[in-house]
Amino acid sequence: MTAMEFLMLTKGPLFQAALAVFALGLLARLVEIFALGRAHNYAAPRGNAALGGLRTMYKRFEPDPGTFKAAPFDVVVGMIWHVGFIVALLLFIPHVELIKSTFGIAWPALPNPVVDAVTAITLLGLLAALVHRLAHPVKRFLSTTEDYLIWSVTFLVMLTGWLAYHRMINPYPLALGLHILAAEIFLVVLPFTKLTHIFTAFVARYYNGAIYGRKGVQS
Amino acid sequence: MATATPQRPQGQSMPTPQPTLGESLRRNGVSRRGFLKLCAATASLMALPPSMAPAIAAALESARRPSVIWLSFQECTGCTESLTRSFSPTVENLILDTISLDYHHTLQAAAGDAAEHAREEAMHANAGQYLVVVDGSLPGPRANPGYSTIAGISNYDMLMETVADAAAVIAVGSCAAFGGLPKADPNPSGAVAVQDLVKDKPVINVSGCPPLPMVITGVLAQYLTFGKLPELDEYNRPLAFFGQSIHDRCYRRPFYDKGLFAETFDDEGAKKGWCLYRLGCKGPMTYNACATMKWNGGVSWPVEAGAPCLGCSEPDFWDAGGFYDALSVPPGNSGDMLLAAGAAGVAVGAGAGLLARSKTKSAAKQHQTVTAAELEQKL
Amino acid sequence: MASIGDIPVKVEGEPAAPAEYGNALPVLSQVRHALAQLTQGGEPTQIDLGAMPFGPGDEDRLMALLGQGEVTASVDALGRTRIQETAYSGVWVVEYLNTDDQRVALHLEIDTVPRLLRSQPEDLSDALAALNTLLAASLDQA
Repeated sequence: MTAMEFLMLTKGPLFQAALAVFALGLLARLVEIFALGRAHNYAAPRGNAALGGLRTMYKRFEPDPGTFKAAPFDVVVGMIWHVGFIVALLLFIPHVELIKSTFGIAWPALPNPVVDAVTAITLLGLLAALVHRLAHPVKRFLSTTEDYLIWSVTFLVMLTGWLAYHRMINPYPLALGLHILAAEIFLVVLPFTKLTHIFTAFVARYYNGAIYGRKGVQS
Repeated sequence: MATATPQRPQGQSMPTPQPTLGESLRRNGVSRRGFLKLCAATASLMALPPSMAPAIAAALESARRPSVIWLSFQECTGCTESLTRSFSPTVENLILDTISLDYHHTLQAAAGDAAEHAREEAMHANAGQYLVVVDGSLPGPRANPGYSTIAGISNYDMLMETVADAAAVIAVGSCAAFGGLPKADPNPSGAVAVQDLVKDKPVINVSGCPPLPMVITGVLAQYLTFGKLPELDEYNRPLAFFGQSIHDRCYRRPFYDKGLFAETFDDEGAKKGWCLYRLGCKGPMTYNACATMKWNGGVSWPVEAGAPCLGCSEPDFWDAGGFYDALSVPPGNSGDMLLAAGAAGVAVGAGAGLLARSKTKSAAKQHQTVTAAELEQKL
Repeated sequence: MASIGDIPVKVEGEPAAPAEYGNALPVLSQVRHALAQLTQGGEPTQIDLGAMPFGPGDEDRLMALLGQGEVTASVDALGRTRIQETAYSGVWVVEYLNTDDQRVALHLEIDTVPRLLRSQPEDLSDALAALNTLLAASLDQA
């Protein structure tokens, strides 16, 4: 297979397949959660549930002072690479073009040198997170194969993208094809692992916030 | 990366020693300043830094004319057109006058048996030292040879016979280098590229549809000057011309980095000369010298004319998605598939959720209370 | 062969002002670097402007920035070569033309004298020999 055939395979049939698995898997999981419903609360509401839910969805972005004191590394490094990942994913020009062609919506993107720097920082953050996980006895004990798997697919998608941007794999169609393949693996793995948190984290935050919002207390 | 060093034509081993380029220039009344100028222009032609001119002068002084056999197979003659329409006669003519083009069935006056005789004669007289230039792809060994023949000889037989005693093969144009249009899906003639067939000789690919005339002559000039083949990339293309992507050498690159794009061919961005990425420019994955050498004697090139790069110097560019789709956009329509998969996901999720609910309900329904006395009785 | 410049082109309406592509300034900074090198170590530099990713108007802008100096020279060998000193001493524009007056290369030379203007060392001994012959012939006649 030539490099161009590989690129066309990853851009064409494999991309369609990965997208199908992702859409089916993710919606199945989300709709299942919603279809389960929540136990009815018969107590008279003391506050607005929806408002509390939305507030908590946002509030959880701010690091909790207690957690920060206990594990500053996790909070800082975790925050840095999560933001970096989202910036590279959503604000890189070719990615915006892809989203536009697939979903029909678009938004302004960042200049490439900025995305490049953000990606480099994200890669370093991910590496630091892995080293910390392996070096920390408690974290290491708690880590499962799944944790290492999702670290790998996340790291690979960033790494191949960065290598393709800097043309460090030749020929270029191979570099681009590898990056697209890594992204497809990420998409396929996402609905069936902890990576689902990309979407369910917000569902969980809303439910938590709504419970406390209804009771009229802070969460 | 590969650098091949075929045998340099040696004067004493030739039947009649040809004059060196230096000798023939001086015989023609070219002064040393004229020669120095030729070397400076040749350095530009070969995409080498001007500081290489003295080295080029020293090498050209003793260069001898190599014999060239040009084979045209499944091609459109665009590559020959590109070469013969080059616009700087002094330099390129000197290069072309210096090579001995012994067979080119499109350009030569002789035809049929006489032409084939000229080819065989050149092969015997310069065995082991001649260059073979090929333009066009050819039906592979398992394809029907009748798709392309010359003087009743199949392209495959002619290539293999001619290449057997060659010093090196230069595949000119994307058809010869990578199969090009004849090889595009569904490839009715079973076309293959030269490098798919020639394994025991160095093959230099000069891709492009057509290649820049300066690149064709530049590769010949480099062989003529230094007597060895240039440094090549992983597609066997000379790095001097194919070492950098169109994107990296594009004068519109600053607009890409700033995120300023032409969205249609006649909007404000197009008029201001902004980046053509969104109009399908394949510059980021295309390696060629158009951005600096330009076309028509340096007048302009496709991107300067407002047309996105089609990627014509890359393998399989005909089958690499729409010419006017952005590079990162997948071919085909994923919208319907996405909707279908999404609907299936919703159905599966709803099913699973409702199943879990009904399980909970039936469990609640079947729930029976027992008293302590009843339990004691059971025990 | 007919030149592409011979093809008649008629432009309708007002031609748009050339856009600013900003590819001239980096070359200027390369020239500055080369000039600093020349003043410190005396090492000359040639820059091939044909290898620069210039957009429309970039070359004119660079030439306008470099300006014109005191010296203009023309060398007639294998076609003309136009040599122009810029407003910055030691920075020369060398345009190589072919016998049809079409440009084959455009270089910047950062040197005290451009290479092409110097007498070529091989020519010097030839010239000495020619002068000796001339003088010997003249003395014989006298």
